[in-house]
Amino acid sequence: MPPDPDPDRRDFIQGVAAGGLGVALLSTAGPGVAAADPPTGPGRAIPVQLTVNGQDHALTLDPRISLLDALREVLHLTGTKKGCDHGQCGACTVLVDGRRVNACLTLAASVAGSPVRTVEGLATGDDLHPLQAAFIKHDAFQCGYCTPGQLCSAVGLLKEAHATTDDEVREQMSGNLCRCGAYPNVVAAVQEVRLAARDAR
Amino acid sequence: MTPAVGKPLDRVDGRQKVTGTARFAAEYDLPGLAHGVIVTSTVAKGRVTAFDTAAAERAPGVLAVVTPKNAPKLRPTEPFGSSETKPVAGTTTAPVLQSDQVFWYGQPIAVVVAGTLDQAKYAAHLVRVTYDAKPAELTLDSKGRVFVPDKVQQEEPEITIGDAEGALTAAAVKMDHTYTTPQHNHNAIEPHATVAAWDGGKLTVYDTTQFVFGVRYDLATRFGLKLDDVRVLAPFVGGGFGGKGGAWPQAFLAATAAKVVGRPVKLVLGRDQVYACVGGRTPTRQRVALGADAGGKLTTLIHTGRTSTSTTNTFTEQFNFPARHLYASPNIHLAQELIELDVCPPTFMRGPGECPGTFALESGMDELAVALKLDPVELRLRNDPDKDPTRGTPFSLRKYKEALKLGAEKFGWARRTPEPGSMKDGRLLVGLGVASAFYPVYRMPSSARVEVTAAGTALVQCGCQEMGMGTATAQAQIAADLLGLPVDRVKFELGDTALPFAMVAGGSSQTISVAAAVTAAVAALKTALLALAEKADGSPLKGLKAADVAFRDGGLARADDPKAGESFGAILARAGRKAVDAKAEVKPGDEAKKLSMQSYGAQFCEVRVDPDFGTVRIKRFVGAFDVGRVINAKTARSQFIGGITMGLGMALLEETHRDPRTGRLVNADLAEYMVPVHADVPALEAYWVGDPDPHTPMGAHGIGEIGITGVAAAVANAVYHATGKRIRDLPITPERLMSAARESPR
Ligand code: FES
Ligand code: FES
Repeated sequence: MPPDPDPDRRDFIQGVAAGGLGVALLSTAGPGVAAADPPTGPGRAIPVQLTVNGQDHALTLDPRISLLDALREVLHLTGTKKGCDHGQCGACTVLVDGRRVNACLTLAASVAGSPVRTVEGLATGDDLHPLQAAFIKHDAFQCGYCTPGQLCSAVGLLKEAHATTDDEVREQMSGNLCRCGAYPNVVAAVQEVRLAARDAR
Repeated sequence: MTPAVGKPLDRVDGRQKVTGTARFAAEYDLPGLAHGVIVTSTVAKGRVTAFDTAAAERAPGVLAVVTPKNAPKLRPTEPFGSSETKPVAGTTTAPVLQSDQVFWYGQPIAVVVAGTLDQAKYAAHLVRVTYDAKPAELTLDSKGRVFVPDKVQQEEPEITIGDAEGALTAAAVKMDHTYTTPQHNHNAIEPHATVAAWDGGKLTVYDTTQFVFGVRYDLATRFGLKLDDVRVLAPFVGGGFGGKGGAWPQAFLAATAAKVVGRPVKLVLGRDQVYACVGGRTPTRQRVALGADAGGKLTTLIHTGRTSTSTTNTFTEQFNFPARHLYASPNIHLAQELIELDVCPPTFMRGPGECPGTFALESGMDELAVALKLDPVELRLRNDPDKDPTRGTPFSLRKYKEALKLGAEKFGWARRTPEPGSMKDGRLLVGLGVASAFYPVYRMPSSARVEVTAAGTALVQCGCQEMGMGTATAQAQIAADLLGLPVDRVKFELGDTALPFAMVAGGSSQTISVAAAVTAAVAALKTALLALAEKADGSPLKGLKAADVAFRDGGLARADDPKAGESFGAILARAGRKAVDAKAEVKPGDEAKKLSMQSYGAQFCEVRVDPDFGTVRIKRFVGAFDVGRVINAKTARSQFIGGITMGLGMALLEETHRDPRTGRLVNADLAEYMVPVHADVPALEAYWVGDPDPHTPMGAHGIGEIGITGVAAAVANAVYHATGKRIRDLPITPERLMSAARESPR
């Protein structure tokens, strides 16, 4: 093997391939790709099947690419935002298997086979998701850049069903920064939808 | 039809923002798009002696490594604010990519361009740089050049009335302390980004900016192009707060890279790079000294201090502006000096000057109230001036006392017991604090175009900005009322240099500046409609002058007989037209010279302090403002609470740490630079007096910045009330609170 200019990266990729990612590779490797031959050089593309908002995409991706960059740069689903690329702002929050994750900290290849839901997949046709409608009503955003992440996070939060009080909503939404400072309005929107869903039950 | 102005309408672009279809600069995909990643300097001062780009150039997908060696020659730019007639927007005079010199740690020194983002990022890490580093001046106390600026944002740098120091010596009651605020960074969640594309000699860029015309001017200057050959678009901006007010390097770096590789280039700064090469708010050190007679009337007011600028710009953070207008005093001394440092150029950040300035001044007023044993609300009421204290001019509108009383009532100030530490909630200490909010009224030139169609819809256009203020919503409301149309019939377009000219969305000036242009364009449209009616047979409007008719129910009608008129459709049908339009360009009058034009407010804060850990939690916060007429009650409230939220961060959390030895920012990320999160912010309340200003368009004032002013002082004053400890250096961290001594009231 030729010397790799970046040994850390090589070790990392091999480690991933040998671990969890290996499983995804085996299950999604298309014809002509030897699953037993892990990528070695930087940028060697691998096949990855992503399911986003109910749509399947057969992609050939750089194994280093994050789910966030795959969504934004490859699929051009730019609703999901990049604020830090370090798991520190929550702008990239999406739902994987219904659970909220930071797409910037998730390798695209690692979610092959799991349904990914982004802000583009929240509404049903022209009908907004109740949280989207409540965000508009309560003015739960200003610039709108953190909003897709806040919305996906709130969808996940309501499904988790651990938050009841305003303070609990605040605590459990704290991974989603809003520099415009729409926090009180986000809490109001989330609580309105939570209570309406509870009353409907 | 009831007027739309004042109503709490939902944002017109809300649907786009909640469905992810609002497109921001980095989200424009062009055929053949390549990705640029910048390389930044790792010394604060000196020069690059060698670039080793061989490994980067060999890396997969790399199209070019652009350094001063192969970058196209650019002309120098003109600094922001250096011209009264041209929309100059340069943020730094550093010849980035044009020389081997380094002016700050984190300055862009090269751009790596590759086919994909990952390829570009990887290759950028392979660039090796060697430097000849020089010692750098990095702190307010360093040996940087200290000077008094010629002007502080268009005003005199020093004001002396009477004998302020003498009056301080003689004062019956006084306070005299130094306050500091650290560097802050804007941290808009959208990082700075540009997509640049050349088409022959024409350049189109999508940019994260608060000033499309400024960026256009900057790019045209640097590349030697005609203004018309550059188009800048920014339909949505993911927060700015001043950090996108000037033309920061990413715009011309993207355009440079695109020129070199002959493909469109997208260049997005990493979060650490936003800290590194977009300036923040300068640190400040301020002295406030106040003297009063036994009755609580100020006898002297001193507010002086030092802020930093850089070797590649001159920026004056006007911290003593609030002291120029808030309180009556027979003796006043206000002054400011700058120190030139080897740092990324400091710039505007929400409430520049007024924000750190109100921390010092309003902490000082609280200290004086304690010394006087006088309620701090009462102290402020007693010192309300009847004319501008430093200029002597009358006020265009001053409802400061009303705002103070409104806030006190909504907050329940009356339940406060004055003695520090006298209020408790279990083992927690309760503190209630107050501070004044203050922000000037600024207005700038603007233009607008209005078009009405036969279908009874209107299109209003202005190249101004939306970065969260609700610009399109507020302007659609204004235009709808002027045109006699329901709001949903009016569309407002912005964020594009192909539209009529607007200045920077800054200084809280945009709403009234653009409103004035829209008003003038609608007036011109009336004349155009009448001219059409005049030429057609049988129009009930024939022979009427503009003063005789009014816009009404989607058309024009006689002012004295609303039934005598016709719809836009009818007027246009007679004229055989589908639409008619009009444009207007307006400049502010001389009202700002003759009058003292300011917004005021009062911030009320209730804290809980844990006496064992020194942790401060905000329990409640109420802001009450005197900002003229409010255009949209819903979005206005959002602006106020957003400003308050950033102020809470300033009070308790925010500080950019620069290593004083190397100049490196050590907490250049969102985990270590702490901005407020959901859990830090309780329910916030905002109220306003609402009286219109007779001297501004729509009777309104801008409201984007006043919300942050006074907040940090209200928190610090509440912390003092809870603990008896006066924290004069922000942020109020547990360490500072635990190590501070209790001060006994004199
Ligand atoms: S972009 Fe993923 S958390 Fe910030
Ligand atoms: S709406 Fe701008 S960051 Fe949240």
